[in-house]
Formats: sequence, structure tokens, C-alpha cells
Amino acid sequence: MKVVSQIKATASNIYEKIMKKQKPSINVPLRSLQNVKYDPKNGYFELKGAKKQRTLTVNTVKTFAQTLRMMAFSKEVVENDDIATKRETYYVSKNWGEAKFDEQVESDTVMDDIEAMFEVNREQLGFIPEEKGGEVAGELIVIDKDPNTGKDIKVDCTKFGSGAYSIPISIEHLKFETDAKFVLAIETAGMFQRLVKHGYYKKAKCILVSMGGVPTRACRRFIRRLSDEKNIPVYAFVDCDPYGAFNIYRTLKVGSGNAAHINKYFCVPKAKFLGVTPQDIVDYKLPTHKLKDVDIKRAKDAIKNDPFVQEHKEWQKAMDLLLKMGVRAEQQALAKWGLNYVMERYLPEKLKNPKSWLP
Amino acid sequence: MAETHKKEVTKAEELAKNQREISVSEFFTKNRHLLGFDNPRKALLTTIKEAVDNALDACEEAKILPDIYIEINQKGEDRFHVTVQDNGPGIVKEQIPRIFAKLLYGSKFHTMKQSRGQQGIGISAAAMYGQLTTGKSVKITSKIGPKRPANYYELHLDTQKNEPEINKDTEIEWFPDHGTKVEIELEAKYQKGRQGVDEYLKQTAIANPHVKIVYKDPENQTMEFPRVTKDLPIEPKEIKPHPHGIELGILMKMLRGTKASTLQSFLTNDFSRVSPKVAKEICEKAKVYEKSRPGRIAAQEADNLWNAIKETKIMAPPTNCLSPIGEDLILKGLKKEINADFYAAVTRPPAVYRGNPFLVEVGIAYGGEIPGDELIRVIRFANRVPLLYQQGACGTTKSIMSTAWKNYGIPQSKGALPSGPAVLMVHIASVWVPFTSESKEAIAHYPEIIKELKLALQEVGRKLATYVRKKRLAEHESKKKSYIEKYLPHIGIGLKEILDLKEPEEKKMLEILKDTLERSRDKDEGSLSN
Repeated sequence: MKVVSQIKATASNIYEKIMKKQKPSINVPLRSLQNVKYDPKNGYFELKGAKKQRTLTVNTVKTFAQTLRMMAFSKEVVENDDIATKRETYYVSKNWGEAKFDEQVESDTVMDDIEAMFEVNREQLGFIPEEKGGEVAGELIVIDKDPNTGKDIKVDCTKFGSGAYSIPISIEHLKFETDAKFVLAIETAGMFQRLVKHGYYKKAKCILVSMGGVPTRACRRFIRRLSDEKNIPVYAFVDCDPYGAFNIYRTLKVGSGNAAHINKYFCVPKAKFLGVTPQDIVDYKLPTHKLKDVDIKRAKDAIKNDPFVQEHKEWQKAMDLLLKMGVRAEQQALAKWGLNYVMERYLPEKLKNPKSWLP
Repeated sequence: MAETHKKEVTKAEELAKNQREISVSEFFTKNRHLLGFDNPRKALLTTIKEAVDNALDACEEAKILPDIYIEINQKGEDRFHVTVQDNGPGIVKEQIPRIFAKLLYGSKFHTMKQSRGQQGIGISAAAMYGQLTTGKSVKITSKIGPKRPANYYELHLDTQKNEPEINKDTEIEWFPDHGTKVEIELEAKYQKGRQGVDEYLKQTAIANPHVKIVYKDPENQTMEFPRVTKDLPIEPKEIKPHPHGIELGILMKMLRGTKASTLQSFLTNDFSRVSPKVAKEICEKAKVYEKSRPGRIAAQEADNLWNAIKETKIMAPPTNCLSPIGEDLILKGLKKEINADFYAAVTRPPAVYRGNPFLVEVGIAYGGEIPGDELIRVIRFANRVPLLYQQGACGTTKSIMSTAWKNYGIPQSKGALPSGPAVLMVHIASVWVPFTSESKEAIAHYPEIIKELKLALQEVGRKLATYVRKKRLAEHESKKKSYIEKYLPHIGIGLKEILDLKEPEEKKMLEILKDTLERSRDKDEGSLSN
């Protein structure tokens, strides 16, 4: 287990420094948009290299102690092949006497730091998040392990009726079987429901994934593995607004500033933005709403600061158009032209027209 | 014709018939505020003050360690019976009536030596006040030796003649070997607090650590203020007046009353620090013959002499007329009455204002049980007597307010006293303490006195600053230590669990780490947050 040896190595380092009568330190990379770079060849946000060095002093002794104890805890969890949620970890700390966390926020912060230190995903440390990972329906068989017997079980994602398969938090152990032609990553549950109800995935021979907003790491990893291992294209289908573009899609595609230390595996660089594009609003004469101040700010910030946007001129042009129009449109606005217009006309047309996509 | 003459008795002559001499006592009856009897609460305080001052002065002069007993009994809603008894030398029988029932008798008015008595009008004023408000006579018991009987007097003051009237005069059996007991019944009010009897006695105990006071209050509670030294204060010597402090009118009076036969010998003998040479110099400057008869000096010549004195360089007056409390005893006095963490005291060397020798002493008690969220408390003394009134008008207060206490670690708003957990004691000792008014409650703002006060305050301030700094450093160090102690074990546990350390290894590592951390002086060691 790589992560355990990493933990031991770091601890050893600290121990040696102490024995040499020096003050040990921990180096944590700075995780923010200011410290990421984007190379389209690699396709994800990478850390630039700025690090925070936290040396053990009287002022930092508390955080240092908490970090070490959490590292020890993580090693224990991994060695026992167990998992611990962020909340559970917070409660475990109540055993640590003076070093306990008073609020979960403190616990989460230390956990993030340890993750960044070792440049691993927190799942590898045994820590799992609370959020739901996304739902899947379509031409896909997931091979998982039965929790009681440990034997393989096959989960057919076409057999959920009007329901769907929930992506678990830990997915590295899963295996896939599929003939699907593409993966459609969808923003809203409503749109997902419609497509499932009308069996769209069968007609289009695809895998539908409901992201439910900004996709979690598990969800991104899931899609990534499908993309890599089964060599299938991934198309994103979200609302046309700065949030849909830069929070949801951009995170799916290249990762986030926050997770920059682990983005490599947790994004889908080959994903394409199918819709709804600002141009679609024009072409399909979609009903719109005015852009809110927060939307305008978000768009401007992205144009100015987001390395992904700065790299792709098409996105800049698209945003300029949106800002000029001053409006946004939801994916469910297609209903104006008929409830099933999206399946009968919009999606088939868009799929055939790569020029109408955004990178 | 004779009739008209008779009728021409002028208005002036008629008026003249009604005029008569107003006796001193009559004057003071109508001007009680001049003596400290303006209100019932103050009346009680003044009575006790006069009696206690007398007792202390008498004991010290007789070189007896003073034991003073004070008792206040409430006789009615506004009526109190005050008893003050001392173990002093006692008073000779013949003197008793005049001391207690004749105003301005034997008062230490203008003796050139430090004493408490110069600040009061005397015990007879209190006796008179008691008589006026209750009709009761003052009762005195006094004994001058173990083999003598005690004399017991009940006296009445004739306010018109300013003479004592003896209502009772006997000899009685009295247990003490020697001493004096005074009893006065008066209309008064008893109130605890900053300007009451209890506070007065407590402060007296601070400034007079050689005195033992036992006090029984109207609620029958007894308080004892034990002595903390068996040494009597240095006896101040009486000195002759200094030429630079003399007013023209006094000079003329002295010229008329001197026993000296020549002007030169008058100047040499009746003043301090004037040698025959200096006397001659003065006479020459004034263009008055040095061998003239002093009694024959005319007003103009006296004026010339006075001006000549001012222009002549004369050595500063002797200072053995002063008796400071001393730094050691100030500390002892403060320590026994105030529970604090830190004490400091400064006695300045003697100085001169207007020809009068004086000195300033300052003491401070800081921290401990003194409340910290209010202005510092100031206690003032003049010749070892507490000053309880008119703090705002006092020169000591002005000096304290114009000292920059921020530099010494106590916050201070502009134009105000500093605030913090401190009690500041200021004592001015002089042959003639200058007050702002006849009530003798606030010290006058002479620049020489203000200057000395500030120097003393600054010296005490510096000592305080050193203490405060050290204390803060120690607090920081201990906080640092406790921080390390709290969290270090967890570093040990963490590393032990990850690296599978054995207990002795873990122990050793923690020792080294603790040492490393304790030694370090980090630049960003600001406040330690929890």
C-alpha cells in the first residue's frame, strides 16, 4: 500500500529531524487557482509548485500534533481495509485528548492538507466524503463485489426501470463491460429522468450519467475510467450559464484548483461540451432569463483567471456572446418546442455536428 | 446749651457702644467650615483626627511607641460619643484645661519643624463643637507616671472669653502607667467609605508603621492595625526660619521682638544659614548699618533689608527638620494593609520651596487583589497625616496626572489618572506644608513641589515598568510551556503509532523536542491562540 509507506516515510523524516535537535516541518502544496497550470496536451490542472512550509513551533504545535494523529489514524484505517467518513474522523478525534478537533471544519482542513502532502486522493487514505456520487443508467454492466460474500456481482444499468445505479464512493475496484457509443454527462436530475423514462439510452446506445450539479471525484473518476478503458467519447449536457460552464463542466473536464494535487486521475480531459451553448440559444430560439450579477461576475472572473478559459479561445468567444446577450438558458427550456424535442431533435442534431461543440 | 450738646452724641459713638471685641471662639463658632466641621460626617472625622494627631505627636516627642485606642459609640440617631486614648506621656494637670478648652492655645503655629499639629486648629475646636451640638462637656483623663494618680476633668469652653470653665476636677484610679484619654460627645454622622473614619485610620496605619491602632466602631466591631516596626521615626529638629521664606510683615515683627542687640547678630542668630559674613553682606546691600539696634529699624529700612535678602545668595536650609517615613517602612506599611503582588517606594532627598525645607515620598502597590478595571487609587499624606478631601484640587493629583504612565505599563487617558490595579501613596513632609485653602485638604501647586513629586513618581514608575515587563515575559513563557505540554504528547503518540516506536524511544524523542522548542525564540511568536 503505497500510501502507508508514504505516511511512514514522512513520519520517519520528522522523527529524524527531531532527534537531530532540529524543528521538523511539513510541506503542503498551495492549492488554489493561482497555483495551477493547464497544458491541453495533458488536459488537466496541474500544481505549479508553490508550497507552504509548516515548521513545528510553539504556535503550530497543535496543528502539527493533530496532523500526525490523523496520519496515524489513516494508516490504521487503510491497514484494516476500512473506510472513515469525514464526519466519523471528526468524532474519532474526540479520543485525542487535547488534540481533539472542536469543529469538523478543522478536521476537514487537516485532512485536505494530508491529502495534498502525499498528493493522493483522500479515498486512498481511507477517508470518504459524504456527497452522493452521481447516478448511472444505460448500456453498461458494472462488476462489483458482494459485501457479504466477497464474490463478483454484475450490475446491469439497464435493469433499474425508472431508477438508476448510484455511483459508490470508492470505485477503483469496479470493472466495466459496455458497447455504448458515448457517455452523456447531464447536469439536472429532471433532464436525466426524462431521458431514462423514454429509454433514450437504448435508442442512442449510450450511458447516461446524472451529475447532480458539480460532479464528485468518484463521479469524475467513474466517467474517466469509462473514457480511458472503453475508449468512448464523453459529452456534457448542462444549462447555459457561467455556473454550468465553469463550475460543472470545467471541473468535470480538467479538475479543480482545490484538488490540483490529484486532478490527474479525477477528470475527463477528453470530454466535450455538447450543450447548451450560447450559440444554441440563438439557433434554437430558447426562452431565456437575464444574467444575474453573480453570473456576470463569475463569467468575467473565469475569462480573467481561469487557465482553462485562457487556453481556449472558443470559450472566450462563447462567453463574450453570452455576456453580450445578457441572458442564460436552462437545458429544460427545450421543452418549449415539445417535451421530447430534446430527444427527437436537439440531441441527434447536436451529436451529428461536432462544430457546434465547445472544447 | 448742655442739652443740645448731650443730644449731639454722634451716630458713630452710639455704634461704638455696641462694638465689643469678638472672641476667637465666637468667630469660629460662626465659621465652622474653616476648622473642618462643615458637615456631620466630616465633624466626626475631624474630631478623631485632632485627637489622634495630638496623641501621635505626644508619644513621638516622648519617644514612646504609640498605642492608640479609638472607640465610637452611637448614643442617638445623630449623636456619637468619641473616645481616644493613648499611652503617651500624659499632660501636666495645670495645662489640661487650656489645651482642651481654649482655642489656639499651644498650637504649633509656625514652629519650624515637621509636625502633624500645624495642620489643625487643635482639639479644643472639637471639644467646642461637641459642646455646641450636644451641650456635653469634654472629659479628659490623664496620667503622667505610674506613681501619680490620674487627673479627671470635665471642661466647658466659654466662647465669649475663650477661657476654660472647669465643671469637674478629681483624681481617679486609672490602670495605665501613663497616657491621656479624651471623650467628646457630638452631633455627627457615621458612614463607611472613602472619606470616613475607617479609611482614615487605615491610611494612618500605612503612613505610621510604628503605631498600633485598635478601633471599635459604632457597630461594635473591633479592628486592629498592628505595628510593623519597633523603631520610632527620626525625631525632626526644630530649625530657625530661612531668610528666603520670610515675609516682610514677619520680618518687621521679628525685628521688634528680637533679643539681639545688633542687626548683624539678629540676622545671624534668628535665622538659619546666615553667617556673620553673609549678614554683613545683606546689611551692605540694604545700605543699613549692621550695628543698628533691630528695634529701631524703620519701615523703609526693613523693606530694603527684605529686598537685599532676596538678592543675596544664602545656603539652603538644613533638612534635619524633616522626618521621612523612609522607603523600607513605606513598603512595610503598604504590605500590611494592601494585598498586592508588587511594591515599590522612593524617598526623594530634601528640597526647598520658598525657604521651607520639604521632601516627597512615593509608594506603589500593584496587582494582587487590587481591582484593575478602574482608575488607580491615590492616598495622600502631609506630614504623615492622611488627606481625604479635595483630591482633585491637590498638587499631588496634578503631578500624577501629568506623568506619562503609559511608559510604565499602565494605560492612561489624556488629562486623567491612569487606570489599573494600583494604589499610589504620596507623602509630603515639610516644616510648613502649603495648602490650597484654610481647610488644609489639598496641597498647593508650588513648582518646586510639583517637580519633586514628578521625579519621585517617575522613579517609582520605572521600577513598576521593570516588574510589569518581567511579569509579562514570565506569563508568556508559562503559556508557551503549557502549550508545549498540552500538545507534545500527541506528537509522540502519532509518531509512535506510525513508526511503531518503543516507549523509551518515544520518551527520548519528546524530551529532545521539548528542549528544542523551549529554547527557540521564534519571530512570529505573537499571541498563542487556542
